[in-house]
Amino acid sequence: MKKVNLGRRRLLLGSVAAGVAGAAAIVHDGELGAPPQTISGSVPWKEGTADAPPGVSGSGYVYFTSAEAAFIEAAVGRLIPNDPVGPGAVEANVPFFLDRQLAGPFGRGDHFYLGGPWPKGTAEQGYQSRFSPAQLYRAAVAAIDRHVGANLGAAAFAALAAQDQDKLLKELESGDVTLDGGVDSKTFFAMLLQNTKEGYFSDPIYGGNKDMAAWKMIGFPGAHYDYKEWVSRHGERVPYPTVGFKGRPGWTENQS
Amino acid sequence: MTTTLKPVDAVLVGFGWTGAIMGQQLCDAGLNVIALERGPWRDTATDFATGFAQDELRYMWRHHLFQNLTDDTLTIRNHVGQDALPMRRLGSFLLGTGVGSGGVHWNGQIWRFLPTDFLTKSHNQKRYGRKAVTDYDLTVQDWGVTYDELEPFYDQFDQLCGTSGKAGNLKGKIQPGGNPFEGPRANEYPTPPMPQTYGPTLFGKAAAELGRHPFPHPTGNMSEAYTNPLGAQLGACTYCGFCEKFGCGNYSKASPQTTVLPYLLRKPNFTLKTECEVLRVELTPDKKRASGVTYVNSAGEEFFQPAEMVILSAYVLQNVRLLLLSGIGKPYDPKTGEGVVGKNYAYQTMSSVNVFFDDKIINPFIGAGALATVIDDFNGDNFDHGGLGFIGGAYIAGMVTGGRPIEMIYTPQGTPAWGLEWKHAAAKNYLRSFSLSIHGSCMSTRGNYLDLDPTYRDVHGRPMLRMTFDFSQNDHKMSDFLTDRAAEVAKAMNPREIKLNRRTGSWNVTPYQTTHNTGGAIMGDSPKNSVVNKYLQSWDVSNVFSMGAGAFPQNAGYNPTATLAALAYLSADAIKSQYLKAPGPMVRA
Repeated sequence: MKKVNLGRRRLLLGSVAAGVAGAAAIVHDGELGAPPQTISGSVPWKEGTADAPPGVSGSGYVYFTSAEAAFIEAAVGRLIPNDPVGPGAVEANVPFFLDRQLAGPFGRGDHFYLGGPWPKGTAEQGYQSRFSPAQLYRAAVAAIDRHVGANLGAAAFAALAAQDQDKLLKELESGDVTLDGGVDSKTFFAMLLQNTKEGYFSDPIYGGNKDMAAWKMIGFPGAHYDYKEWVSRHGERVPYPTVGFKGRPGWTENQS
Repeated sequence: MTTTLKPVDAVLVGFGWTGAIMGQQLCDAGLNVIALERGPWRDTATDFATGFAQDELRYMWRHHLFQNLTDDTLTIRNHVGQDALPMRRLGSFLLGTGVGSGGVHWNGQIWRFLPTDFLTKSHNQKRYGRKAVTDYDLTVQDWGVTYDELEPFYDQFDQLCGTSGKAGNLKGKIQPGGNPFEGPRANEYPTPPMPQTYGPTLFGKAAAELGRHPFPHPTGNMSEAYTNPLGAQLGACTYCGFCEKFGCGNYSKASPQTTVLPYLLRKPNFTLKTECEVLRVELTPDKKRASGVTYVNSAGEEFFQPAEMVILSAYVLQNVRLLLLSGIGKPYDPKTGEGVVGKNYAYQTMSSVNVFFDDKIINPFIGAGALATVIDDFNGDNFDHGGLGFIGGAYIAGMVTGGRPIEMIYTPQGTPAWGLEWKHAAAKNYLRSFSLSIHGSCMSTRGNYLDLDPTYRDVHGRPMLRMTFDFSQNDHKMSDFLTDRAAEVAKAMNPREIKLNRRTGSWNVTPYQTTHNTGGAIMGDSPKNSVVNKYLQSWDVSNVFSMGAGAFPQNAGYNPTATLAALAYLSADAIKSQYLKAPGPMVRA
């Protein structure tokens, strides 16, 4: 077996993941309803209970239908286009990130209150839909494609020319286009843009920010732990290589 | 069926900063204390280890450490003419839950309010006339406690946290390098100020050139290792840039976990129960005394916990709601101005100025929660408000808490939010920009208040809290004036350009502003104008104490934590020295 150069962070994450797999399932706040505990006498410690982040795995879409995937790939490609300055959202794997987010707790509306009644409310009152994020994406993509078919003479958003896609995205952003199916276009656009930037700039364990290229583009070195040495070195570029939770290519065999 | 448990001397409802402080103080006095926390157990090594703490998506945007709104939220509106609707997603403020609560994911900004901040009504009325404190429907009040009374307890919190900073006023003598406007301190800070990075340094230089008085922000992010009086050890901050909204994996940020829990949890007379939500405080038939609290755990079991004292140490919004649900004190009515519970809800008036350079690498990712150089020249009544048409003020901070790229990429005025132009602006400006934060006061008004919602209910069937709030014209004028003062400093840094993010329009729940909600259970010198006396003791039910920023009659231009911690220490001191000897009202109405 070849010797693999493992960094400290990767070791930590690896041992954490193994610990969780070997222990009883831990329910953390994100899921609500951890079992009640009575704590006295000392700070409690249970092995294998570290709250490590749930990454994603596999390839291909598990939530998006093929029509939805076509819309998402076209739309995020316009929100963050590709060019020599840095990756586009498609090149950064944002559609895959979005699919996994919508298939998981975020898509189900975890941390949202979705109970009724559901009046529309004022702009200041924020999100007032009954839809969870996954439901909102499903309803909105279908409504946008219906709008395109009825008014813009194309089969779907993905079939429009780039400048027509941009024009429609701007109308969704401003609320100048009215969608059917109970979808508020501004609400959907705001969520799509926010989620796209999340996929572009979050740690690669969530499926986007491929090769940390979005971080490299802006100069963010990633999940480093200690910058003390650079605090007083004003105006200098910090030469640390970009790193994520699972390390970087230099930590893996056959790569430098 | 409700199971009745063995009586205790004191029950703590909620276990963040004030719960931890009261637990330690009352257990040291020999009382049997039980703490009930609605959220989970959390500790550094398991819940925010350095191997995975720096995760912007999970903690900031997926709210992993924050209150999950699925079971319980509040309803919101800007004025009484609107229907309040549920806050369906956290945004403007990020409510805590779990052991340590907001004390886990705060920035560690440790401020004392100014001596005149405790005299908002009488001081401003004397200097600027009666209209200054009544225009715009202001309902500001004096606190009923003075800075001098609180000073030893501010000091106690500094010793607990190991606050890093430089005193500006030691026993009345102004000290070079500190804040010359602050109230007198008995002691220097326990640890020296944090060394400043480039952005805050540029800010301080420009501010000094304009004749302002810059100083390093006092911080609970440690500049060096520190051991506090309880024996808890903190390590020097590594400037990782993941502080507010995140737990610190490095034991470098003062929190209940890093400063109190290792000591308190060893005490045989202390017990903590997690995943236990208090539904209401139970009163005796004459409503003069609390007999204990009823709570339900995450298994759905209901308990009655009898107690000699009930300490409400949950977040301000939960404390006010529990008072209303339990029938403690008269609810406030904005039409008549009668009643006190829910009165004078206030917030924080925030704005900012972004600064963009071509030739300077700022490296915003080298950050810490309270890494800033600050000027206090335009806070409180540190300047003449004559003719300005407002009271209050703000500190202005050249601040770099971090460079987390989903939240903190600044782009110049006029840049679209997406497309190639946005991407190019992000790539060009990320390393070469930072932000000045303008952290403004929020004066109470007749129409801003908290009560129970008539429509929406939580998972337990209880009415949600209803928040009615908007910024007053007083606060808009203050914020505009302060934003202009910040812009002067920004321009003096000779940047390529700046961008002003003014506080405009009505309060909006969506964009993050700050989790500094205050009021609703305010303190004062009479049951006519307040819910609790200067010892945070209920005027109506004398064995109920309500901790936290709910006691603030209005909010000053500073972060609230040190002040609410000092009030908790003051309350504990009075309980130990007076109340336990003769239980009953400590201030005669």
